[in-house]
Amino acid sequence: MTPHSPARRHASSMTGSVARGTSFPTRLQPFAATALALVTIGIPLWLVVATAGKSRGEALIPDLTPPTHWHLLENLGEVWSEGEVPAAFFGSLLVVVPAVIGVLIFGSMASWILARRATRLNAVLYALAISGIILPPAVVTVVLLLRQLGLAGSAVGMIGVYMGIYMSTVIFFVTGFVRTIPTSLEEAAQIDGAGPVRVFFHVVLPLLRPVLATATILVCLYVWNDVFYAFFVVGGRLDTLPLNLFRVAGAGLYLNNWHLIFAYVILMSLPLVVVFAVAQRKIISGITSGAVK
Amino acid sequence: MLTATDTPVPDRPLAPPPAPRGPAGRTRRRPDRTHPMWFMAPAFAILLVFFFLPTAFNFVYAFTDWSGFKSAIRPVGFDNFADLASSGTLFSALRITVVYAVLVAVFQNLFGLGLALLLERDTWVNRTLRVFFLIPVLMSALAVGYIFQALLKPEGSLDQLLSQIFRQHIDYAWLGDTRWTIVVVALVHAWKWMGLSMLIYLAGLKTIPEEIMEASRIDGASRWHAFRRLRFPLLAPAITFNVATALLGSMNGFDIVQATTGGGPARTTEILNIFIYRTFGQGLFAQATTMSLVLFLLVSLMAFPVIRILRKREEIL
Repeated sequence: MTPHSPARRHASSMTGSVARGTSFPTRLQPFAATALALVTIGIPLWLVVATAGKSRGEALIPDLTPPTHWHLLENLGEVWSEGEVPAAFFGSLLVVVPAVIGVLIFGSMASWILARRATRLNAVLYALAISGIILPPAVVTVVLLLRQLGLAGSAVGMIGVYMGIYMSTVIFFVTGFVRTIPTSLEEAAQIDGAGPVRVFFHVVLPLLRPVLATATILVCLYVWNDVFYAFFVVGGRLDTLPLNLFRVAGAGLYLNNWHLIFAYVILMSLPLVVVFAVAQRKIISGITSGAVK
Repeated sequence: MLTATDTPVPDRPLAPPPAPRGPAGRTRRRPDRTHPMWFMAPAFAILLVFFFLPTAFNFVYAFTDWSGFKSAIRPVGFDNFADLASSGTLFSALRITVVYAVLVAVFQNLFGLGLALLLERDTWVNRTLRVFFLIPVLMSALAVGYIFQALLKPEGSLDQLLSQIFRQHIDYAWLGDTRWTIVVVALVHAWKWMGLSMLIYLAGLKTIPEEIMEASRIDGASRWHAFRRLRFPLLAPAITFNVATALLGSMNGFDIVQATTGGGPARTTEILNIFIYRTFGQGLFAQATTMSLVLFLLVSLMAFPVIRILRKREEIL
């Protein structure tokens, strides 16, 4: 089968002069790994697709048998129209896009200063800024605070809360990255008379692209899929996709309607999966290079 | 507190050079001009309002009778803590949260490291499979919870599979066992995030120079020996990162537990956030705040020593 040839080519190129050939475990590895993936990931995903393709009666007790007739599109359509998916999708976008853009830009601005001006004050500020990676957000009192600010249940309040929660992650990643890039480019721009705003947006920010890609993925992942904080802040006022899933799957409407729940899961996961499929290589190299630095 | 663990190492030794160390004659630019402090203002304003202020409120409202049933809020001292402690909820929720976090950290790292070692070589099969293992990471935790609720039902898909394999009828309620369900839910949590741990471990493995591995191979070291002596120690930063994020992520967990068990059976999987969610829904805001404060204290108390220990290990190795 095909897996052999790249494996052998790779093994020989990796070991270089040390001729080792293809040992038994090396030849077995592609099959073992594929089998493992099929069992651990394939079965749960198949359950989703198969159940989402079934009629209500067939899906009553979800199992791994394929549907006798595929109803996938009908089920997706039913969820789309009756599960208020368009409104929830719009709600999700309304919150996720500004929160992610805001946290990346403001976080990078702060990180640049924190990395370049290594004063004692900044060491303290940096510690404070990244403490949010570890400390859990106060979900209950944030509701009270938003009420006092007149932002209760609003998209603005939700965006603020997400930015507050993930600012630490962004500052942690970006500050570490800024420290690794040389100052010479910035200095050159400064000598040419560029002010800090110009230097930051035209010189520094473009250099940050790899780490910003990583941070974008991480923050998008968390915010797009968040249901806990959304429940406290905008629950009942503004619908997001996970909040909507939570409501309908929890309430009687979808009780034992596994075909609709899983159709919803497919609809909800699709945007992230598509983004990931398109930018997959960049994302993986971004995450991996960012985390070890 | 935090400074000690994370910042100073790269920070202090660099202390002098903020002003560009231009060649001799050049006028020294002042950092205020080139790197103005106001650049940090938006980030810190957001942190202050949406993160630190609510946290500070936690320390106030945990000691009041704030509730959804009346508008007045009066201080009540330690009554909330006393009530929660005397009913046993406080300690059981704490114990369950810690057990859950430790289980998740162990499983997630075992799976992640195992996958990283399995899929380490850069073949196209491995690259494809890595993407496959990342799908759960992309999915919403809530969705993952519902999937496993369906899989793990009594007489559900898993039971049917096992029945076929072992040729006998199995109808075990994976999510209905007061003793073992927490382990099952922790496994589901680890399943969802193992792809991310795998990526971090893969990145860690990549940082190990090929020459070192080659040298050990020429010296005739076995695979296992090379792993134990060479690669495992060099993976220390990746381990620190993975263990810390797994611990924190699971102590802060909600979605997976809510979607699989909702805290049951008999509240044996009711981690702190489930309790907070439940009492908040009942309008018992002060109790919810009290548990939120407990979670805050628990995480602070647990996270800092854990990170310090892991960092120490990194230095020794």
